[in-house]
Amino acid sequence: MFSYAVLSGITLGGMYALVAMGLTLQYGVSRIMNLAYGELVIVASFIAFVFMTALGINPLIGLLIIIPASFALNWVIYRVLLTPLVARAKNRGMLEVDSILATFGLLFIVQGVLLVWFGGNYYSYDFLNNAVDIFGATIAANRLVALGFAVVIGLGFYLILTRTRMGTALRAVAVDPTSARLVAIDVNFASCFAFALGGAMAAVGGVLVSMFLTFSTSMGVVFTMKALIVVIMGGVGNMLGALIAGLILGVAESLVATYIDPGLTIAVTYVIFLLVLLIKPSGLFGRAAS
Amino acid sequence: MSILKPDFIRPVGIGAVIFAALAFLPSLVDSYYMSLAISIVSFAVLATAWSMFSGPTRYISLATVVFFGIGAYTVAVLGEVLTFPLVLVCAGLAGTVIALLVGFSTLRLAGVYFVIFTFGLTELVRQVVSWYEVNVTREMGRYVFLDITQNDIYWQLLALFAVLLLTGFILGRSRLGFALRIIGEDETVAKHCGIDVTRVKVALFVLSALFMTLTGAIMAPRWTYIDPVIAFNPMLSFQVVIMALLGGPRRLLGPLLGVIPLTLLFEVLTASFPNHFSIQLGCVFMVIVYLLPGGVVGLYEKYRAPKKRVLATDQNAKTGGSTA
Amino acid sequence: MNTEILLSISGLHKAFGGLIAVNQMQFDVHQGEILGLLGPNGSGKTTVMNLISGALQANDGKVVISGKNITNLPAHKISHSGIARTFQLVRVLPDLDCVENIEAGLAYRTKPLWGDAAHAAALELLDRIGLAKQAHTPAGDLTYIDQKRLELGRALALQPKLLLLDEWLAGLNPSELQDGIALVRKLKNEGLTIIMVEHVMDAIRSLCDRCVVMNAGAKIADGTPDEVLSDPEVVRAYLGDSHA
Repeated sequence: MFSYAVLSGITLGGMYALVAMGLTLQYGVSRIMNLAYGELVIVASFIAFVFMTALGINPLIGLLIIIPASFALNWVIYRVLLTPLVARAKNRGMLEVDSILATFGLLFIVQGVLLVWFGGNYYSYDFLNNAVDIFGATIAANRLVALGFAVVIGLGFYLILTRTRMGTALRAVAVDPTSARLVAIDVNFASCFAFALGGAMAAVGGVLVSMFLTFSTSMGVVFTMKALIVVIMGGVGNMLGALIAGLILGVAESLVATYIDPGLTIAVTYVIFLLVLLIKPSGLFGRAAS
Repeated sequence: MSILKPDFIRPVGIGAVIFAALAFLPSLVDSYYMSLAISIVSFAVLATAWSMFSGPTRYISLATVVFFGIGAYTVAVLGEVLTFPLVLVCAGLAGTVIALLVGFSTLRLAGVYFVIFTFGLTELVRQVVSWYEVNVTREMGRYVFLDITQNDIYWQLLALFAVLLLTGFILGRSRLGFALRIIGEDETVAKHCGIDVTRVKVALFVLSALFMTLTGAIMAPRWTYIDPVIAFNPMLSFQVVIMALLGGPRRLLGPLLGVIPLTLLFEVLTASFPNHFSIQLGCVFMVIVYLLPGGVVGLYEKYRAPKKRVLATDQNAKTGGSTA
Repeated sequence: MNTEILLSISGLHKAFGGLIAVNQMQFDVHQGEILGLLGPNGSGKTTVMNLISGALQANDGKVVISGKNITNLPAHKISHSGIARTFQLVRVLPDLDCVENIEAGLAYRTKPLWGDAAHAAALELLDRIGLAKQAHTPAGDLTYIDQKRLELGRALALQPKLLLLDEWLAGLNPSELQDGIALVRKLKNEGLTIIMVEHVMDAIRSLCDRCVVMNAGAKIADGTPDEVLSDPEVVRAYLGDSHA
């Protein structure tokens, strides 16, 4: 029972970490507080569902289409919807407020469209649903596959950020957009690229999650919340922080659901969040604000 | 004190006359229009109360429905135990305590954390209340049978709105209200002027939450059945934000200019396209952010005094250039 | 000179991550004097001002005013203990008019003024700093020097014992500078104690009774303007080794 709870907590936490890494990229580099983020996760889940059930394409193959498509979609969202807000914002605070309001609009539109197409029911599909024994716990194979893919893809993104020229440019913009401009980094392009990359990570998260969780049109908000909490816990812009915070959250939720009450998972998330805010608002692994 | 000056007595007097006239509405229109009037007045209270705190501080609160729901739930639980005025007092106390807790733990933080926190607070409160009802009271969903008519609800809301506007008007001329304006302009300067900014923000947050809680309590008898999903419907918070922003949250009567058109619009749209409410709300958000960022009030101010502003900034640019 | 100590700073220490911005600072300010806080850019002067006024929290050390320990109190309490400040980059309340900007200083001090009394006091103060004509102009529309005057007026409205001026004379043209120096001297003659961070040498020589010079977060000299400006270590700090 305990090892099952921990193991399923780790798979869940891995998903949270992956999804939160994308959000921390969008907020840390592009300075966009994207509250429609979770909707993009859920859209990817529904696309994976349609691929599997209607077209017979398995979700792992589907990723080959979904990753570039979501990258392109988020690129367009940034160029069309967010660039005007960046241009008119006088300071970071104004951009934050504007982007929050605009992405609320996006959230409701995406949620509304999904609701019209899919209704309010819960969805799931069968994929690699056979049991596997590991560390004395029985766990569905799809969870392990999802975790494996999350690790590989997360690592890939991490290497892009730390080992490539583009990644270095993104990190420079995250630290100081004004100085980045002085060393000939195209800040607008970097912001757009980071936003699109973050969106692609959300989509990957959505596809992987759909392999082992039931999902519904209204779950986007929950994903946004959890991703935000992980980002803040890990320290804004901190990839490793997001990974550790995601795992902590996943395991804590899983333990509470197993031993106390599944109805209290959000309450747990919140208690952890509140403690972090009260004790160390810059995040567990963030640098203190100067 | 400036209570007896004409610039205080006149607006208050005019307001009193208007509210007295509005109190006769039930004898003029049928129950469909009364129900619409109740929607408008309740949103007017919520949006005005929201703006009282969020307008000057620019902290976007999505906790409106938390307080509204606490008010409604208090009535559902205590409605048949105590007399209605006492129930309202209990609701007000409950709302105040929660607002104090939320305020002191989050208002020290940057605005973006506050938005996120209130964004999830609704979900948290709904889960905790559901869990409590299922596991402790074993009573999921409650019936509210009180001897309160639609007209009573209307009068109570109207009275609450009158008190809110009066409070807002007095606040606008008080040291507390002035402190809030200074904080909105520059929080650092406010601190060095001797203002305890956290206390001021918490005080206003609690005051605004109190009015939201009372609105929920007054509205509760309108539904005969309440469960956590109905009482803590997050859409309400978003509707209030968008109404206040459309009108203009930095003027006392600004939100009202957003409440009236949007309540009517949502009424028409939900009647014709009941399954598309979310899309409509999203589109309204987009329109306001991209086309009307200053709200109706901002638009009015922009067209009323464009020349003076241009001259002033022009002069500023010149002098700035010569001295910098 | 009056030898009574108004403000005493000892062992003050502040680090940002690995960077030590203020290192074991120690100095006293006497009642009624103007103390110049000098040093090259990045030597920690503004950080010291921020530590005194409560904008930043010190890691270690003590700040005492009139015998009362105010170390690391929140900024509004420090303001109540009699310290007012201006900012290196001028900070007025742009959408409020000049009267309201001054009222911001009057309304929340230890003995607050409000309503008609505040309005009258604000007009009187605006007259004193030469802004009577602009009383109802939004502060954001004022010229640069007038914004600086207004910021000073707001600080004076707090009726401080100690005034902190952070490069208040920077960026003024020669005639504005003469006005500015005259205004600060008037304040000193009225008995106010002042700490000023300043780079304008004319102002330092003509206004300061005493100077403390900082370099790399630490105090390197303390004395009259002539003494410290001829101190070889000070010259080295500003100009490098070859000039010492």
